[in-house]
Amino acid sequence: MTNRDFWRGFARNKGAVLGLLLLLAVMALAAFADILFPGDPWEMATAPFQPPLSGDALLGSDMLGRDIAAGIAHGARVSLVIGLISTAVALLIGVTLGAVAGFHGGWVDDAVMRFTELFQTIPNFVLAVVLVAIFTPSLTTIVIAIAVVSWPPLARLARAEFLSLRSREFVQAAVTTGQSNLTIILRQILPNSLSPIIVSASLMVATAILLESSLSFLGLGDPNAMSWGYMVGAARTMIRQAWWMSFFPGIAIVLTVLSLNLVGEGLNDALNPKLARSRG
Amino acid sequence: MASLPQDSATPAVPLLDVRGLSVALPDGADRPFAVEGLSFTLNPDEILCMVGESGSGKSMTAHAMMGLLPKPHVRVAGGSLLFKGRDLVTLPEAEQRRLRGGRIAMIFQEPMTALNPLMRVGDQIEESLRAHTALRGAERRRRVVEMLDSVGLPNPAELSRAYPFRLSGGQRQRVMIAMALACEPDILIADEPTTALDVTTQKQILDLIRSIQARRRMGLMFITHDFGVVAEIADRVAVMRQGRLVEIGAADEVLNRPRHPYTRALIGAVPHGISHRPEEPRRGEPLLVAEKVCKTFHVGGGLFRAGKPVVAGEDISLTIHPGETVGLVGESGSGKSTLGRSIVGLIRPDGGRILFQGTDLLSLSRRGFRPYRRAVQMVFQDPYASLNPRHTVGDIIAQGPVAFGESTARARERARELLRLVGLDASAAARYPHEFSGGQRQRISIARALAMEPKLLVADEPVSALDVSVQRQVLDLLEDIRKRLGLAMLFITHDLRIAAQICDTIAVMRRGRIVEMGSARQVFSDPRDGYTRSLLDAIPGKAWQIPAELRQTQAVAEAAP
Repeated sequence: MTNRDFWRGFARNKGAVLGLLLLLAVMALAAFADILFPGDPWEMATAPFQPPLSGDALLGSDMLGRDIAAGIAHGARVSLVIGLISTAVALLIGVTLGAVAGFHGGWVDDAVMRFTELFQTIPNFVLAVVLVAIFTPSLTTIVIAIAVVSWPPLARLARAEFLSLRSREFVQAAVTTGQSNLTIILRQILPNSLSPIIVSASLMVATAILLESSLSFLGLGDPNAMSWGYMVGAARTMIRQAWWMSFFPGIAIVLTVLSLNLVGEGLNDALNPKLARSRG
Repeated sequence: MASLPQDSATPAVPLLDVRGLSVALPDGADRPFAVEGLSFTLNPDEILCMVGESGSGKSMTAHAMMGLLPKPHVRVAGGSLLFKGRDLVTLPEAEQRRLRGGRIAMIFQEPMTALNPLMRVGDQIEESLRAHTALRGAERRRRVVEMLDSVGLPNPAELSRAYPFRLSGGQRQRVMIAMALACEPDILIADEPTTALDVTTQKQILDLIRSIQARRRMGLMFITHDFGVVAEIADRVAVMRQGRLVEIGAADEVLNRPRHPYTRALIGAVPHGISHRPEEPRRGEPLLVAEKVCKTFHVGGGLFRAGKPVVAGEDISLTIHPGETVGLVGESGSGKSTLGRSIVGLIRPDGGRILFQGTDLLSLSRRGFRPYRRAVQMVFQDPYASLNPRHTVGDIIAQGPVAFGESTARARERARELLRLVGLDASAAARYPHEFSGGQRQRISIARALAMEPKLLVADEPVSALDVSVQRQVLDLLEDIRKRLGLAMLFITHDLRIAAQICDTIAVMRRGRIVEMGSARQVFSDPRDGYTRSLLDAIPGKAWQIPAELRQTQAVAEAAP
């Protein structure tokens, strides 16, 4: 029942299908980067400042003669890996805290929510910059920094869902039939609260990619990993002489983020009507 | 179309003449038409009751008249709605708007949501006056106060400046009526206006509607599912089923000599207050004794301030013997559910004792209470909210025993047996709750409770969300199970007619206290407390006796299983 309904709901949104195709293309690019552009993207491939469509470099080359297209392909890996892993970590923290707060209520809820607000009062980006600057930039620290700044909205969302579902009769029925709190949280409530969480997580992947790009732009990226943000950042002084150096990585960021947003919206369409129906 | 019931009492000019009305549903709905080939008339100075179960198309008919159909998905597909000879369906939008609210007005079911929460009630009534009359500001306001006074609201001048949240459900419904009547309409459509109200409030609102109708000689179309209400107010009755009119005629005719088998079945299923089941002697030691149970909730409040205290239980004492069915009746907010939930351990009372076979449940720790969970089980009110939509029915029933250490295979097998016991097919175990109707879901809910092999079943309004014919089946099932398994039951309900039928003992609650407790026979025939009397008095349609031949079919049905 679920799968077919889900895909029908998803496919009804044309934008979502387009987004999914785009996202798959980006994933393919990341997966086949080594085959399409063998070798290190940091290596010099051709003469510096080659415009797009010039002999060796399809999208031109930068001031050190590195191939922009190769940079974008390898950068896709970094962006996707950071986006996905940091969102997964944020989900783990956010949903766990939100579930505990929403399920138990009372002072536990108060304590967890005040802790969450502590994080929300500090601007996301500033906190991420501080964290990365303190723990020398590397893929791991960037993922952790992004996860640490992005869990609070997920926690609030999970808490709200748990709060409303906790008082539902099927949860009370589970209590009266002697099921343990952990069973109730994992088996009764969590599956019913997943839809909005999945949707906002898909949007969060996009935010994480943007955050990583911004960090790299400021020079706080992993110095060993070619990333889109780094490429834009390094090319910003040359934008008038060699527009292609920042333009193509920028487009890559825009398209990936857009595709994730479209997919998120499609998930929303596909998951919510079902939720409405099952809530009857 | 020849077989359509004909309307015999048709004077020269009906106020409203509905001819062959069809309302189409969007593709993929469970049937192509919400209303199909509906014809009836409404005369001046007449109350026409439309009865039918949920989904019969009675509200759709009203919404079609008021132009409230959710266009373009649902639309009038054919027929005409003649109001004083003019067809409402083909009338231009502007003309329709002039009639709507002016000549035809409507009262809705849910008074809590039908008023704009951010507008003073006086202003809301004034709006329709501004739209439909030439009255000026001061006159309008005078008229508003007049209207509020005429629907029996105290302090009308002051009340017109109040916001809806300050009013009770009954008061809001009065405001709705005042609003509907402000322009002195010719037709008033009332869509289940008393369903959301308590029985005593319902009686007041019914009296009010009837007296206003008589005074103004309006045509009143009253939509309801409650035959008691029909018996109370109807001049004529139209019975609908799945979008079609099955029977229409004078109230006396339809109620006492129904012809269509569907009408006969519906009336046969109506709970009637006169019959009690034979009294059984109490056996053995009390199973459950509640002593001076107290509970106060704190509404609102936050980290640094306490909320407003609401007393839901005060010195409640109650005894249940093995095999006894105790009915807990009372209006909403009287604390019935609080007591029920305290007994199953969902709420922790502030004080008192709840003794189960001599052990005080309230003194036990979480761990100590666990073995007693099995013995006391609950059936919930809302069949749509009480089953987890993501689990199969078999899982839902098996989860409890599995939590108590039974093997999954054994629990699944038992779930299938229980499904058969509650009258469902064993194959239901593999399906999801949304594939079942409300009545079926309630059967699943009962099976889940029985899986724990309880000694006491707390049923919190188990049939109030169901249609009357389904209600009957679920009550029969509960009764059958009680007999077979020797269960004791605490049956919580607001409907005294149901309580009368299935309870041995009845406890009447009001404002957190039990005001009267006694055998069903005694409470109904010789109520001692004034409040009990007023509750009994407010049961709609008391004067109407269900025709004897229909009652007999009911008795046969009862004896059958």
